[in-house]
Order: sequence, then C-alpha cells, then structure tokens
Amino acid sequence: MSKPLDYENLNENVKKCQYAVRGELYLRASELQKEGKKIIFTNVGNPHALGQKPLTFPRQVVIALCQAPFLLDDPNVGLVFPADTIARAKHYLSLTSGGLGAYSDSRGIPGIRKEVAEFIERRDGYPSDPELIFLTDGASKGVMQILNAIIRSDRDGILVPVPQYPLYSATISLLGGSLVPYYLEETANWGLDIVNLRQSVAQARSQGKTVRAMVIINPGNPTGQCLSEANLKEVLKFCYENNLVLLGDEVYQQNIYQDERPFISARKVLMDMGGPISKELQLVSFHTVSKGYWGECGQRGGYFEMTNVSPKTVEEIYKVASISLSPNVPGQIFLGLMVSPPKPGDISYERFVRESKGVLESLRRRAQIMTDGFNSCRNVVCNFTEGAMYSFPQIRLPPKAIEAAKKAGKVPDVFYCLKLLEATGISTVPGSGFGQKDGVFHLRTTILPAEEDMPAIMASFKKFNDDFMEQYEDYRGYSRM
Amino acid sequence: MRRFVAHSARRRNNFTTCVLRHCTLPLRLWSSTSTSKPCYFSGSVASGGSASAPPLTLDTINPKVLKCEYAVLGETFILAQRLQQELKENPGSHPFNELLYCNIGNPHSLGQQPITFFREVLALCDHPVLLDRAETRGYFSADAVERALQILNQIPERATGAYSHTQGIKGLRDTIASGIEARDGYPADPNDIFLIDGASPAVHIIIQLLLRSEEDGILCPIPQYPLYSGSIALHGGSLVPYYLDEETEWGLEISELKNQLETEKSKGITVRALVVINPGNPTGQVLAESNQREIVDFCKNEGLVLIADEVYQENVYVPDKKFHSFKKVSQSMKYGMEDIPLVSLQSISKGYYGECGRRGGYMEVTGFCSEIREQIYKVASLDTCSNISGQILASLVMNPPKVGDDSYESFSSEKEAILSSLARRAKTLEDALNSLEGVTCNRAEGAMYLFPRIELPKKAIEAAKAVNTAPDAFYARCLLNATGIVVIPGCGFGQVPGQWHFRCTILPQEDKIPIVVSRLTEFHKAFMDEFRN
Repeated sequence: MSKPLDYENLNENVKKCQYAVRGELYLRASELQKEGKKIIFTNVGNPHALGQKPLTFPRQVVIALCQAPFLLDDPNVGLVFPADTIARAKHYLSLTSGGLGAYSDSRGIPGIRKEVAEFIERRDGYPSDPELIFLTDGASKGVMQILNAIIRSDRDGILVPVPQYPLYSATISLLGGSLVPYYLEETANWGLDIVNLRQSVAQARSQGKTVRAMVIINPGNPTGQCLSEANLKEVLKFCYENNLVLLGDEVYQQNIYQDERPFISARKVLMDMGGPISKELQLVSFHTVSKGYWGECGQRGGYFEMTNVSPKTVEEIYKVASISLSPNVPGQIFLGLMVSPPKPGDISYERFVRESKGVLESLRRRAQIMTDGFNSCRNVVCNFTEGAMYSFPQIRLPPKAIEAAKKAGKVPDVFYCLKLLEATGISTVPGSGFGQKDGVFHLRTTILPAEEDMPAIMASFKKFNDDFMEQYEDYRGYSRM
Repeated sequence: MRRFVAHSARRRNNFTTCVLRHCTLPLRLWSSTSTSKPCYFSGSVASGGSASAPPLTLDTINPKVLKCEYAVLGETFILAQRLQQELKENPGSHPFNELLYCNIGNPHSLGQQPITFFREVLALCDHPVLLDRAETRGYFSADAVERALQILNQIPERATGAYSHTQGIKGLRDTIASGIEARDGYPADPNDIFLIDGASPAVHIIIQLLLRSEEDGILCPIPQYPLYSGSIALHGGSLVPYYLDEETEWGLEISELKNQLETEKSKGITVRALVVINPGNPTGQVLAESNQREIVDFCKNEGLVLIADEVYQENVYVPDKKFHSFKKVSQSMKYGMEDIPLVSLQSISKGYYGECGRRGGYMEVTGFCSEIREQIYKVASLDTCSNISGQILASLVMNPPKVGDDSYESFSSEKEAILSSLARRAKTLEDALNSLEGVTCNRAEGAMYLFPRIELPKKAIEAAKAVNTAPDAFYARCLLNATGIVVIPGCGFGQVPGQWHFRCTILPQEDKIPIVVSRLTEFHKAFMDEFRN
C-alpha cells in the first residue's frame, strides 16, 4: 500500500509551485558551506547576514526595553538607555494588551496601525484609514492572504511582471490560479510597456481566463527599476479599464539610488488623479521592515493597505487573518518605529540619521560598483540598479555553454551559476527563477556584501566569467552591438 | 433575512454545515452573502471601469474564504469589542464596567507574567551591546548571559535581524532535538524540525499538502479547535468528524474512528489524516497511553497521517494523568520511525510561558519520504523563515534552566506558581459551573479551557430561533450583554447535534475568578428564571 503522504498523492498545486530564492543553488551552497568552503551568500536580500548593523534606536526600544520590562522598572535604566527610547518603549507597551507575549488584534495593534496611517498621510499628502491597514508577519504573508482572497480557480489570472520575485509565481501556483506574464523591456531599462500588457491580457482572455489583478513591484525585484509618475498613471488607468485589482509591492521604497525618479506610491498617484478612478480603483499596497535601511528581515514585520475595498470584503480578509490569531508583536513594534522614527530634537535623532544615511549611501555606492563591475565582464550586460537591493546582469551564454548545460541536465543559467558557485563561492540565483525571455539568461545577486569586500568579489566574478567565456566561446565572441 | 440552514442532503459534510452556519446572527457581516448561488463571476470585461462592479467583492472573492469560519475571534468576540468601545465612550452604559475575556487562550493579556529568564535571554540576544558592556551585563543573571552568548554563537554574524535557514537556526534546532530526547527518552533529529510562526501556520502547510480536492478528508475530533475546520475549508477539503464521548470524560473510541472512516469511504471520500489534540482543546482531556497506542495502530492500519497537536503538553493539572508524546508512544511500539507518518506540533503560546504574541513553535515531521520533506521545505520557504525571537523562545521552552543553574530556583518558582494557579482556577471554575442549574462540566485535565454542557429550556431555544441564532450563541450573547463575560458558544467547536456547550478559559487572574463566578452564577439563575419551562 502506498504511504499516506507520498509524492503521488500530494496536492498538485504544491508540486507545481517553485521558489528559486531558496532553491537548488541555495541548497548546493549550503552543502558546500558545510564542507568548509567559504560562501558569499548573495542570493537573498538579507542585509544583517552580510554584516549590516541593526539601527541602534529600535533595538534599544523594542528589544531591550519592551522585551524585558524589568529593565524599565530599574531605577538606573536612565543611565543605560536614552530617555527617548524609554519613553517609546513605555508608549508601545501601553498599546499592547499584555506586553509582547499576548496575541494582539488579528489585524495588528490598533495604535500601531494608526501610526502607519499617519506615516502614509505624511508621505503622500492624503489621509489613510487605519481600519484598512492590516499588519502581517512580513509582507509575504500579506501577499498570500490577498491572492488567496482573489483566486478562485485556474481560470483566474494574475498579471505578474517578468522577471518577477518568485513569491508571486509560487503563491499563484499554490493557490491554483494562473500566472499571466507581462514582459519588462530590458533594453528600455526594464520599462513597462502598455502594448505588451494589453497583449498579455487579450491572450489570457482568449484562453478563457478572467484576469483579476495586476502586480507591480516598485522599485523592482530583481530588476531594480523605479517607476515614473507617468508610468504609474498608465498602470492605474489600465487596471481601471480592465477591472483589475492593483497589487503594489512597495517594500523597497526606501532603497532609491538615483535622483531622477524618487519613489512615489501608487496610492498617491491614484489620489492625485482624482475623479471616479480614485474612488473606485481597488489597490492593495505592501510594505515591510525587512528592506530599506532597516533590513530587519528576521523580525517578520510588514503591512498591507487596502484602498476602495468594501467593508464586507475587508471583513472576510480579517476573518481569514484571525485564524492565525495575530501577527508577532515585536515585529509590529518595529514597524511602528519604522513609520515614526526619531524626530529632530529627539536625543536619538542624530545617531539614527547618521546610521541610516550611512547604510543608504553605502548601498548607493555598492549598486554602482556592481553595475560597473558586471559591465566590464565579457558577454555580460547589466542595467543600473535604480533601487531595491539587487543586480540582475544578463549573461550571454555561448552556444557551446548551452549545449554543455543540456548535457549536464541543467537549465543554462543554473549551469552557469553552479559553476560560479563551485569556482568562487559566490551564491547567486539563476535568472530562470525569476522568469526571462526565451533564450536570454541572467543571474540575480544582491548588492549587500560589505563595501570593502566588493572589489575582491567583483574581481573573482570577472576572472571566473572571462575564463568561462574563453572556454565555451567560438573565436568571435559576442558583440555588444 | 432568515438564515435557517437547510442545506440539501446532497451536501456531503453536514457537520461542517452545522459548525459553520448555526452561529450566524442577522447583524453579522461575515458570510452573509449569496452562498447559495454560484459565486463564479462570469468575467465580463469592463470598459471604462465605473459601469461594472469592482474586481474584488463578495461575489468574486474566493468562495473558500467565505466558507471558512473561526469562532474564537468570531461573532461573540466582535460583539464584545463593540461593547468595549461603548463602555469607553460612554461609561456606565452597561451593567458592568469591564469586559472579562474568557474567549481565547491568551494568558499575558490577562496579567500572566512572562518567565524572567526567557525575557533576559531574548533581550540580550537582540541587543548584544548589553552583553558587551560590563555595567549592563550586570543587570542579567549569569546563566542568561551564558545562554545568550551560546545562542548568538549559533547565529551567523550574531544577526538576529537576518533571515535564517527556512527550517530555523540549526543550533536552536539541535537544542530542541535534545529537549525532545530528554522528554521522550528517544532520539530526535534536528532535520525533522521546522520552526514556524506559531503552530497554526504549520497546520496550514500540512493540510495544504494533504488536500487535493473536496474528495480528500481529514478526521477531526468533535469538539475541535476551529483552526482545523477553518483551514480545511480554506484549502478546499472535507472535514470528517469523530465524536469524543462526553460521558467518559471526552474519551476517544477507536470504534468511533472506524465508523466515521467507513462512512466517508462509502461516500467516496479519501480520508488522508487523523488530527488528535492532546491535551484536548476545548475539552482538556489527556489521553491514556493505551489509547494512544490504539490510535497509532489505527493510523498505521488505515494508512493515515497522524497530526498530533500537542501545544498544551505542559498544561496537565491532574495527578492521575501524564502527557506522553505520540512520537514517544509510536517509538515504544513495534514500529520503526519510518512506518508512522507523524506531524507533532508544539508552540510557545501555551504551557507556563504563554508567549502568544511572539508567534513561535515547531512541527516535528517524521515518517515521511524525502520527496515529501522537500515539498514541506519548499512551501515553508515561501515565507523565507519564521521570526527569530520566536525561534529562540522555542529553544528556551524545550531546554529551560536546570538544577544547578543560577536561575533555576527563581525559574522553577515562577513556573510552579503559574501552573498550580492554573490548576486551582480550573477546579474553582469547574465546581462553580457544576453548581449551576442544568449545567454539567467535565474536569479540565489539561489545556486552558472548560467546556460545560448546558441543558437549555425549550423557551430559550425558541427565543434563540426567533432571533435566528443558535441556542448556545444566544446564551453566550445574553451572558455577555448582562455581565461582560466573553465565552465562545459550543457551535464554534462542534458538538453532538441538539446539545449545547460553551468554552470558557481558566485564564482570568486568580483575584478576578470570584467576580467571574459570582456574575456568571447570578446571570445563569436569572436566565433560567426567565426561560424555565
């Protein structure tokens, strides 16, 4: 008799879903690490793992003081912790219903949701309703909850950019929906093309699908591009015309490395447009404490904000959230601190600004170093990382390399990345994990290794790449023209 | 709108219907839409947007979302929140001046204090600057400092803000495996352990793997903790009920399991797994080892995955019962570990630690082939990893201070105080409930709840029908309105049809218990006076 839970009788949707960020390359890298090889993990946007220091202020407030309230009671606490951290800790503890160890409201602590709403209002200039803001254990959980509400069957399609962050493709598979791809144009700086969008939707409909929603990732992952206001307007109009919910993944909104296109939220653009669209277009916006200059991935904190979703629908989403009781409380407090950081005049302000600026300026430099480094390599072309945390160079693999990959039973970019890993210890994620045009190959690396390590890493990559190309090329090689 | 449920006999799962529908209030906003007509939106294309309905409405929402329910935070709780708000805005507007939340196992919200040692270690791990400076280190007990250093050395870069391995930090899993071995006397493999944000998300993962369609069923105890009914509905499967026997202290009979299994098979349902909650929720019973062996045999013979929800393993209040993990029981039988597919769940939310708000716990997955373990890993990896504080707490719970450690004395006295207080409160409330007219209550052998049965007079049942509410929901609502005490009606957990219960936690602090008892007693007498036949 076959086992009760075997591969054969497993839920098909589980079989179908894939998540490359923690897939084959990562597993191989972990194996090698166990064998004693030094591995540089550039596969996931995980800043603290690569040496970025946590900001002092939130760690003092949350972790020390909220976590261990007996410290707050100690008469000498003022000698060890700045007064504003003590005040903040008391403030957040008062918002909880029993400290960090009690389940909160399933939507998150009301006082913190209010702080998030205030942050959104300051950022965008339009009021936001705390009742439409749900805190979650990381933005990923929020994405899953919303997609779960939308997807009814495989006839429901979700427009997803290609390349995309594979949380979307994996979740759509898991929930039994259909991914409707729209291609970002690499030669136009990963720009979004409305014509292509229309074609994708038309094609999906001709296959009998109902396209329900559109995902935008702004700034992009893995591509890093920052959408312009005009772009966002186009997208919003498009969603409105086609009756789509817009899902705005804005988790990298603090990570902007150029000045031409600062971050502007989908919600702001929507509200600016005014008229019926601003009151009817359904939008869900996502944010997190894992990225930005905070990088507190391990806390699992985030939120989503719903716009123009009816109260009855919000109730249903609340209901599903309540089955998991509540998001983790420390993560919620981190989120509160992120949206209401120290202000000028606060004791901790100077240090906070110094630390945050330090991180952001360094990220900006590293984004440039990596882009330039990749562009100096043979057969490698790399768009500049305008935002987010990644570099996504295109690797023009010679036909002989592609053949060798086939022989080894590997997808070509996986083949390349495995060889890169074995030779240099650099652990990346092959572009096939994110989606790309047929026959075009990429890899994704983060820009997170420490600045002082970057030159050596890029040199190591260049050596490997140029040797690889030497090995597999015909005499001519590829021109960049 | 009349919501008397009369689903057609065609529906396979009448029990689910009972659980999901009977509790409905007309004013309730959840699940009140057109579930009787097809939910599929025909997919008409809107041009110009404004003429058609928005893309996400109750008509086009995933129907499984509409179907699932979770009574613990459901209608009675929502009403309580409304009353709380009214009291805040208008003190004196109700015959009580505070709400007494007895609806949810959330100890810290009712004043239970965290375990000092655990919080010391957490504070040090998350802000290691405290460890590095002598003057601040002095605030903490020496073994907390030592443990924090040990844990930080297991975390790359000492970075508690970084994503960890999807299954959780290896060193912490090693500690947990040792803790399991110390508990059971049998070895545990850290690679079998998946640290998760609470036991609840782990249940979702396993259920998702098991359910392919509505034709797949999962055996669940009635009464059960509605995470199971909720997630089975959400993932599109069938709940197969097996009734616990109230007369024999909520005993679990293998014959009942067999009957239900056969009935479902004859309807074409493939039963994939058996859920056992031990100690039980809401029922509190602790299984006897012999019972557990029968259950393991049953799963083996019928080819079922055994899902052992053991989150209350540290909450046992009676001297004649003891917790035994299903892992230990199956290892002590003639089977090898690979013979019994078993998922064992533990959480940091219960026990004497009660750290609900952290969201921490683990599932130990044994007896599955490597392909399935890879699939479990893959689904878990979509969330990248669970929160680090929760992971650290799980390792502390499974490996607390030992005799000889600096903190052992204070730790033990904190733990003892909490557990003995819980036992006292359980007994006091049980006695109080049993003294009420028409109420019988089994003792709480473990967990955190009492689940008394009430014989409601005919008049009360009719009054409930008249306002379109299940009788026990009606009772709970009246109780809330009169006294501010929040309990959850038995229909939220499931019960033998025609019987009525409610679940009340034993968690209000000891000094509040007399108030709970007196208000409840007074209310019940008045209620029976009004509705007695």
